[in-house]
Amino acid sequence: MAKKYYLCKNLKCLIMDFSLTKQEELFLKMIREFAEKEVKPLAADVDEEERFPMETVEKMGKIGLMGIPVPKQYGGQGGTNQIYTMAVEELSRVCATTGVIVSAHTSLCIAPILENGNEEQKMKYIPKLASGEWIGAFGLTEPNAGTDAAMQQTTAVDAGDKWILNGSKIFITNSGYAHVYIIMAMTDKSLGTKGISAFIVEDGMPGFSVGKKEKKMGIRGSATCELIFENCEVPKENLLGNLGKGFGIAMKTLDGGRIGIASQALGIAQGAMDETVKYTKERKQFGKSIASFQNTQFQMADLETKIQAARLLVRSAAYKKDQKLPYSADAAMCKLFAAETAMEVTTKAVQFHGGYGYTREYPVERMMRDAKITEIYEGTSEVQRMVIAGKLFK
Amino acid sequence: MMNIVVCIKQVPDTTEIKINPATGTLIREGVPSIMNPDDKGGLEMALRLKDLYGANVTVITMGPPQADAILREAFAMGVDRTILLTDRKFAGADTLATSNALAAALKCLDYDLIITGRQAIDGDTAQVGPQMAEHLDLPQVSYVVDLKYEGRHVIVKKETEDGYQMLEAETPCVLTVLASANQARYMTVSGIMEAFDKEVEIWNVSKINVDEAKLGLAGSPTRVKSSFTKAQKGAGQVYEVDAEEAVGIIISKLQEKYII
Repeated sequence: MAKKYYLCKNLKCLIMDFSLTKQEELFLKMIREFAEKEVKPLAADVDEEERFPMETVEKMGKIGLMGIPVPKQYGGQGGTNQIYTMAVEELSRVCATTGVIVSAHTSLCIAPILENGNEEQKMKYIPKLASGEWIGAFGLTEPNAGTDAAMQQTTAVDAGDKWILNGSKIFITNSGYAHVYIIMAMTDKSLGTKGISAFIVEDGMPGFSVGKKEKKMGIRGSATCELIFENCEVPKENLLGNLGKGFGIAMKTLDGGRIGIASQALGIAQGAMDETVKYTKERKQFGKSIASFQNTQFQMADLETKIQAARLLVRSAAYKKDQKLPYSADAAMCKLFAAETAMEVTTKAVQFHGGYGYTREYPVERMMRDAKITEIYEGTSEVQRMVIAGKLFK
Repeated sequence: MMNIVVCIKQVPDTTEIKINPATGTLIREGVPSIMNPDDKGGLEMALRLKDLYGANVTVITMGPPQADAILREAFAMGVDRTILLTDRKFAGADTLATSNALAAALKCLDYDLIITGRQAIDGDTAQVGPQMAEHLDLPQVSYVVDLKYEGRHVIVKKETEDGYQMLEAETPCVLTVLASANQARYMTVSGIMEAFDKEVEIWNVSKINVDEAKLGLAGSPTRVKSSFTKAQKGAGQVYEVDAEEAVGIIISKLQEKYII
């Protein structure tokens, strides 16, 4: 695949090549057709019925969408993070629920195992996750540990041949449908964040159960539940990474996840834009289309510009991740900007649709509800600003 | 292992074509090129046979160098080998010259089955498949929607205007397939990642054994006498009435037009 940056010797700086590679072009052709034919027709129903679209997950598994940036040796597709972000964007453009299923599965479950797991763990979990046979999830948030994630109250005690986990996690995406959960727990409270460790917990392990399902404003088809650990027995070999390294694993995992959520937000914004362009061209008031009014044109021009800016931030962050360059601040910036853009675009999309936009006859109502979560999960917009400022004033 | 050759064509996406209202001609600029839908149905049929019994699937297309795009797509869907038959000497070919070139290329390949689409959406002739079969002196079944492979022969379901026929044909044979036969698979992500690392074989006239007088414009007996754009049909009138009254309205309309 063509290098996307090249060194400009005169300026002594890196210049980004914005053109798509041949693979990216062909992938976009495929994913747009898939999203249009397989995902879009279900989106309104999935939202209305709060239904997890399992049939879509199976279809996505078949064509490799559940394991894009995963090396072939672990049963993955050998794709790039760039292509993965395009997948989440294009899916979210028509159904944000489908987008987050892929994002949480890939970025929050497969990625930490790939990056921190030993060979046995990778061989045991990655092929089934990458094929979509198993769905993955990630549990960090607790009732008293949201943005202050270091306040973990779930504990893991060494019981010789196994770990015993006690506690609960909340707001866990894909829960109930997932087979593999990456769970953070305190192995030594006295050490603070250095006492947090990561574990691979499988559905069906003794003492593990899925609790109440949240009723949400948006992404209503995505399963969001509580996880309960009551003397949950986890095999010794399921410690992920070294003891006490869980907090770092979680933070690094979220860095990657943010690029996925930024892509989801971008897709939602683009989807709302598509709908609004179509609607404003068709809708006639005062004898002409509302797209012909300058107020519409100027506002839409601004929104389109922000969407394109968000896309370039996402591309840039994904590029850096692919090149194994530091990308933590880039991920925070693309998520912050894309999420706020999604909220602004969808809110204005509803406004352009007027009364119709407030009804479920048109998808922009759903998109506005879906957009809000992108400013909250995997780090609120405030957390993204903390990360960016942290780099700035280091 | 079974060898299947699928003949495909790159065509303009006619669902995206717009007519210039002033001149009545097609606006070709900006129209995307796609794999012909019936050919894609044929390719899917071949790939399903591969999934079931194992097979080497080769895809061949005759066209300009840009036709490479549909061969990459075919790789990403799972074919084993692709051939681009391209030469300026093929330019201007009608269906006969096209089938001459393709048949000559097919003679250079091993095959148990030759599958192609019923017709291409840019010409709608449905002639190239049957002509190839004649040049190769092979049995042929057109309008195929389903197929069962039984080694020495195939049992195919052929769609007709008012139903279907079940036919048995000896292999090797030529089948022309409808897009409606199946839903073609999507390209896989890994297929896309690898599609551009694989080799598309470029064959020109010198690669195939063919009389050059039978190729291209020179080998095309078809002459276009005139062409015209179909006039747009006006919108119909909707009557929301009961059946009895509707019959009366239809009868009077037909009488008005001296049809009855």
